[in-house]
Amino acid sequence: MTETLETALYKHGDFIADAWRFPTAEESLPPTGDIAVPRARLLAEWGELQGRNEGIGLVLESGEKLEGLEAILPRLGLIVLRIPKYSDGRQYSIARRLRDNFGYGQELRATGDVLQDQVALLLRAGFDALEISHAGTVKALREGKLVAVSRHYQPASVEGVEAKPGWRPWLRISPAAHP
Amino acid sequence: MYRYDEFDHDFVRERVAEFSDQVARRLSGALTEDQFKPLRLMNGVYLQLHAYMLRIAIPYGTLSGRQMRRLARIARVHDRGYGHFTTRQNLQFNWIKLEEMPAILAELAEVEMHAIQTSGNCIRNVTADHFAGAAADEIADPRPYGEILRQWSSLHPEFTFLPRKFKIAVTGAAKDRAAIQVHDIGLEVVRNAEGALGFVVWVGGGQGRTPLIAKKLRDFLPEEDLLAYCEAILRVYNQDGRRDNKYKARIKILVQEMGEAQVKEAVEAEFALLRGKALTLPQVEVDRIAAYFAPPAFATQPAVSDALESASRADPALRRFVQTNVSPHKQPGYGIVTVSLKPIGLPPGDATADQMEAVAAIAERYSFDEIRVSHEQNLVLPHVRLDDLPAVHAALEAAGLATPNAGLVTDIIACPGLDFCALANARSIPVAQRISERFADLDRQHEIGALKVKISGCINACGHHHVGHIGILGVDRRGEEYYQITLGGSGDEACAIGEIAGRSFSSAEIVDAVETVVTTYLATRRDPQESFLEAYRRIGAAPFRHALYPTDAEAAE
Repeated sequence: MTETLETALYKHGDFIADAWRFPTAEESLPPTGDIAVPRARLLAEWGELQGRNEGIGLVLESGEKLEGLEAILPRLGLIVLRIPKYSDGRQYSIARRLRDNFGYGQELRATGDVLQDQVALLLRAGFDALEISHAGTVKALREGKLVAVSRHYQPASVEGVEAKPGWRPWLRISPAAHP
Repeated sequence: MYRYDEFDHDFVRERVAEFSDQVARRLSGALTEDQFKPLRLMNGVYLQLHAYMLRIAIPYGTLSGRQMRRLARIARVHDRGYGHFTTRQNLQFNWIKLEEMPAILAELAEVEMHAIQTSGNCIRNVTADHFAGAAADEIADPRPYGEILRQWSSLHPEFTFLPRKFKIAVTGAAKDRAAIQVHDIGLEVVRNAEGALGFVVWVGGGQGRTPLIAKKLRDFLPEEDLLAYCEAILRVYNQDGRRDNKYKARIKILVQEMGEAQVKEAVEAEFALLRGKALTLPQVEVDRIAAYFAPPAFATQPAVSDALESASRADPALRRFVQTNVSPHKQPGYGIVTVSLKPIGLPPGDATADQMEAVAAIAERYSFDEIRVSHEQNLVLPHVRLDDLPAVHAALEAAGLATPNAGLVTDIIACPGLDFCALANARSIPVAQRISERFADLDRQHEIGALKVKISGCINACGHHHVGHIGILGVDRRGEEYYQITLGGSGDEACAIGEIAGRSFSSAEIVDAVETVVTTYLATRRDPQESFLEAYRRIGAAPFRHALYPTDAEAAE
């Protein structure tokens, strides 16, 4: 029962419409609107891209590096990290480095094989938007039926959001509305 | 011992609810087996040849009588009346029904236990010296660090989908009883010149099909940086570890391919960003956790026990037991008792529910309610008064647990092998049983002395054959079970990977081959004090090869 449906975008507890466009490699860039492009195109066409008045975003594949993007990251309004298979955990580290090491504060979106049982982990790793194409996951989120551990033993990349109960230094609790 | 507070209890309850929901979705078909597999592995549930297996975490191998009694009850109610203690200080039940999993986890939670991260591509149950807190040669008890690492690694959001499993071991003594150099991260507690506590950090050791000894990344990591440094290592590994081939996905391969210097550079760069932030260990928290592991209220005792001396003179079985199964304790008048789970001719590491309860009762009465599981698949009573040893020995004997063979040739490590495991090429347990029967004579075992025999049913090396003084590896030769012998391996501070002796032996030949190795050692040792490993390191493999393969052609085959 792994039926898929049209992708739904989940952000900050709600399903919302996606304002971003993702031109394919062959497509020329639309003159206006928020657009996100792959790493290679972002680097190759940065001269032109940085002149745009609207949002510029990056789509990073699993295994692609942040190194070489340092100067561009502060200009981005969206970073999409693709998770080809949910058991490929590389993007969790990329997300944490973006949030904690690079201070990236704009939308950080997971796409690809995003499933119910990873939602809580993704949010703790710093993702704030999830593109979901798994029907059961969308349903569980819509109906508020996600069962996940809300108590944590380690600080993650949502330090402003999670509560710090008591005096044990690494304990964290997800807010009630999270996810 | 560490005790749960309200938060810890709530955490485990939430985790049981989360996993129960996953099990329910699997049973209803909402989750495919492919989607469910990593989720169940994260909670120690394997699908084996005959049934589901549940692996229960025993953090750093420490448990109380109450916890052991609970394991006994689960064995009786949900399994076939016994359990299997593993080389990672865990306990496995081999005959569990998936529907009963949530109930079992709830029963475990009541006694502050769980099965979190006993499998899967995540940070596994942290292991430690089984003599921790008792050993005479200890610098500091490694278990508080084990507990700190256990908490930090539990459901870590970043490190749940690593390239492969990740194992951390901690020792607090220079004598390494935790085999830290064959772990993904090995930590040795040390003091620097100023007297401050810290760690030697080893990375990239492991067994499996590519056995490698770990590289030393740090001679001294300050105590307060433990978690920040481990997080840096895991972050580098999570991004750069290979994911194209599961046999090349462990961090040891990353270290081998990327190079020690480059790995160190990447780890140190990440550590520089993490250091001094949220993961720094405050001294009060280290002290708070360490207080749980404070030494029990030992009585002031003379170093020598007259009661034990006179009882030993009268009882040769007790004398022999004390010789092999009792180790020096840091407190005068106490000893560390190894409870052998290797009775002659029975599967290594198995204990019946009755035996678990017997050990619980003995621990409660004579060992400050503490029990350890060793990575050599035995149990340990860490704090026994020498005066009480005759009574402890008698109680163990009554439970069939007084085999005086700790560290001897019949104290064999073996993986579950083809009898249980879907990965195995050959059976392990029956070979262990036959070797055990062949060397059953206790006088002969004592004459042979310290000798570690370790058996794996396949190249994944769960039986640690690479670090056996005599290692035995099950291989498949044209559909038949064969066994390859390795010699001279060692998992201690002088860590070494065993060398392959030559062509493999059939199931019918393997016990004779082990005997040939042993008799060759006995004939060539300088004196009875020279152990097998010392003799092997002095004379090398050649005399053993000649004995095993009398013609060169056969050896080269």
